[in-house]
Amino acid sequence: MLKARAVRFDWAKIGIHTFFILLSLVFIVPLWAIAAISLSSETKLVKAGYSLIPRPLDFTAYQYILKNPLVILDSYRVTAVMSFAGALLSLLLIATCAYALARKDFAYRKAITYFLFFTMLFNGGLVPYYILMTKYFHVQNTYAGLILPVLGGVFYVFLMRTFFSQLPESIVESAIIDGAGEARIFFSIIIPLSKPVLATVGLIKLLTYWNSWFQALLFISDKEKYPLQYLLQVMLQNIEEITKQMNYMPTDYEALSAMPTESVRMAMAVLAVGPMLFVFPFFQSYFAKGLTVGAVKE
Amino acid sequence: MEFGRMGIRFRKNRFMLGLAMPMILFVLVFSYVPMFGAIVAFKRYKFNEGILGSEWIGMTNFKFLFQTPDLWRIVRNTLGYNALFIALDLVFSVLVALLLFELTSRKWLKLYQTVMFFPYFLSWVVVAYMVYAFLNPRSGMLNQLFEWFGWPSINWYTEPGPWTAIFPIANLWKQIGFSAIIYYAGLVGIDQSYFEAARIDGAGRWRIMTKISLPFLYPVISILTILAVGHIFEADFGLFYQLPMNSPVLLPTTDVIDTFIYRTLTQMGNIGVSAAVGLVKSVVGLAMVVAVNLLVRRMNPDNALF
Repeated sequence: MLKARAVRFDWAKIGIHTFFILLSLVFIVPLWAIAAISLSSETKLVKAGYSLIPRPLDFTAYQYILKNPLVILDSYRVTAVMSFAGALLSLLLIATCAYALARKDFAYRKAITYFLFFTMLFNGGLVPYYILMTKYFHVQNTYAGLILPVLGGVFYVFLMRTFFSQLPESIVESAIIDGAGEARIFFSIIIPLSKPVLATVGLIKLLTYWNSWFQALLFISDKEKYPLQYLLQVMLQNIEEITKQMNYMPTDYEALSAMPTESVRMAMAVLAVGPMLFVFPFFQSYFAKGLTVGAVKE
Repeated sequence: MEFGRMGIRFRKNRFMLGLAMPMILFVLVFSYVPMFGAIVAFKRYKFNEGILGSEWIGMTNFKFLFQTPDLWRIVRNTLGYNALFIALDLVFSVLVALLLFELTSRKWLKLYQTVMFFPYFLSWVVVAYMVYAFLNPRSGMLNQLFEWFGWPSINWYTEPGPWTAIFPIANLWKQIGFSAIIYYAGLVGIDQSYFEAARIDGAGRWRIMTKISLPFLYPVISILTILAVGHIFEADFGLFYQLPMNSPVLLPTTDVIDTFIYRTLTQMGNIGVSAAVGLVKSVVGLAMVVAVNLLVRRMNPDNALF
């Protein structure tokens, strides 16, 4: 009888797997398309249009970028500096505040919580923020302009506070009895115990920065300060921009028209997504954890 | 006496206050100052006079706003798209979660989840590239497909109509992996004994899915949906700005509140009107969230946000 069940075809199961395999294709094909176009020869793209199978394989686009790597290297550097500095500063801001709010003996925790929470419900809008940043802080074309708008995050303060307040209180109490100061308790006891939540929030911030372009749209006009995503946007909306970007020196018309714009553009997108896609599977569980912990209650 | 006690209270909390202070100052400067800066909506803003120095003109910007024909368009588009997004996301991510829950192999489960989850971590810029690969009127794959079927090709970036379908598809594509994970987490939390009992009673897969799994999701579904409705005036700027590639012909179906604010600020330089839209949006948004929260609290106090 057992044997009979093992052999029996489970049609429902086959149906479910078919559904998910087809669905997975819906998610993979767009990504595949970008890679395939970046690996196609320009003449074929112009003549026959985009195709999911790059035949013959053609690496001209990548060679082109590698020959003039300044632009992409510049924007990689800008993106890296912005992302790591931003994520680190954010962690510092978030963790310190979250710890203070998690301490039940902190007298002002209620007041500060309300003060922070209100900003999740109401904001002044884009215009006053824009005026504040450009007229009073002069962040145009600075790293401050790239980092400040994405910095911190009240939501993550509450997320981390929830984590901190779940740590046993006896840890802090016994440390005080042992004569440890508050600074010491925070930095050498609490922080090491909180690696999972620090990693989660740090990674989410890192990714948010890596994917950010809106601040650049508002504040950055200097080409050498373009973050990767913004460079991509400019290239997509303005095809001449690619030739301009790739050739700092004005070259002859022949060379300009020979530029494989379509494939270069897609190759840039591949180079921008690549690192993230590579890293993503390893950190997926962190992201899922951080994003689904919606405990924002007081 | 009172003052002395406050002093002691302050000294006792000095260190914690110091830890919290950077965040407090940051929020004060970058969130609260712009809130007061929103008075610029009542002024004729001049760059060299600043927000405080500019001339007070009362409701003029708002009057202008309520006369512009764009207002109806951006409100209709924002509400319409968001309502559609909420409905589609709800139906499809619950369906996907239920089907994922049917899988017994952890390996396949993980693989499917990863594949569906990664678009959530792409920027809208990159998604715009993918959309372009399909919609490029000359070499795009969709027009090639149309040609193969013998249909006339469409100039996607000058034709407003199709975007009412493109946005919902793109949004669902990017969002579904995330939402499905939330619903899946809800399913995993169900006590196994319900399923065992049902199986002993002879319930089939379909019956278990519709009579046990789905009803257990109702609380999560209602909370997430209600919260989403609270944010219905907030359009995803990246989606509506990046995908249509700033094509002005498409505005009838692509213009939403947030793109309008951005455009009036940066391209038309109409700072007062832009600020007025932003302020109205913020106030209405606050009212929506508070109302929705009251509703949730009446249904189940544990699920209320505040």
